[in-house]
Amino acid sequence: MPGNGAVREVTFHVRKFDPTKDSAPYIQPFTVPVKLGMTVLDGLHYIKEYHDQTLAWRYSCRMGVCGSCGMLINGRPTLACNTQILDVASSRLTIGPLPNFAIVRDLAPDLSSMIEKHQSILPFIVRAEAELNDPAGEYFQSPHQLEEFLQFTFCIKCGCCMGACPTLATDLRYLGPMPLGQAYRYNTDNRDDGSQQRIPVVGGKVGVVRCHYAGECSRACPKGVDPARAIQLLKRQLVSSYFGLVAKQPSQKQGPNTKGTRLPDIPDAPPRTVKP
Amino acid sequence: MGETKLWTWHLIAGVVILVLLGLHMLTMHIGELTGLFVANRAVAPTAPINSMARDSQIGFSIGYVFLLGVALYHGLYGLRNILLELTLPEAAEKVLTALLVVIGLGLFSLGTWAAIASHAVALTTGRG
Repeated sequence: MPGNGAVREVTFHVRKFDPTKDSAPYIQPFTVPVKLGMTVLDGLHYIKEYHDQTLAWRYSCRMGVCGSCGMLINGRPTLACNTQILDVASSRLTIGPLPNFAIVRDLAPDLSSMIEKHQSILPFIVRAEAELNDPAGEYFQSPHQLEEFLQFTFCIKCGCCMGACPTLATDLRYLGPMPLGQAYRYNTDNRDDGSQQRIPVVGGKVGVVRCHYAGECSRACPKGVDPARAIQLLKRQLVSSYFGLVAKQPSQKQGPNTKGTRLPDIPDAPPRTVKP
Repeated sequence: MGETKLWTWHLIAGVVILVLLGLHMLTMHIGELTGLFVANRAVAPTAPINSMARDSQIGFSIGYVFLLGVALYHGLYGLRNILLELTLPEAAEKVLTALLVVIGLGLFSLGTWAAIASHAVALTTGRG
């Protein structure tokens, strides 16, 4: 029986691999006494403290925000810090690194291929150089305009969608769900003028046309983002752009001396209680 | 953008096929019921007399050449996409694309010749 308030013992079958020593990855079992509320990340810390000090993985925030601890838990790419052990395992749990990436060591994938693809789609708001040198005023964005891409801003670049993508598994040149989803996010942002620069990348032969719409990326996303939807919407943008049907609203620059129009359902501010 | 262009026309070709193949089905397979492009309803729509009647119409011949073109494009582009997922080297991908273009043009030429020849035969037989 597990002691110290543990609910049960769970055997973690951890995939280990050190490219400097091992010729191939192998599975090593570790027994972890699991308490209520313990996450998979806590279990890994337990293993490192009591069983194997060489076990390597990546983590930072411990609260599903930084996206560092993406790994394959019971065959599903997800965040270790966001997964309760008792929710996913009765007595056995398998843990491996995210698929579709090279392995740095054990559970730490090399995410550089994803980062390079992400950089290639210009993941920032593109504006004219002259405007950047003279940043007078600000750009209005209505709540409706924000709503068009808001969910895609929740992406934390954990790589779970890339690990789940079957197309990426067969062709590592494919850009993948995260970069394509982010390309849609910036193309749709009304403050951005860079869609014409992104089109050659996302519309190329390793871009959106490769997506088979398996939808695994959306199922895997720990933040509830729907990259598969972004890719389909990006396809629509590309086709519209090809036929010259793009109807993106130009950004509305507001200088320091201009005022926006208040929406009709916003009431007046209450009167001041303190004189300035 | 090049791939977007090809892919967009692939989609459009699919829609065109849906319409033209629908017409083909209505004519050739349930022509007894629809009577569409069936000159003599006493015999099957595929009977030589009905085929000749259809082939003698220039619009019908052009329609079949058009269907052949879009079907070849749609099919061969789809085949290319499947084959490109084998992650071939760049040079092999270019050879494959060129090969499929040559095959497509060859089949299109053959089909077009057949349609023109049938049209000519139908006109000649009709006059005779």
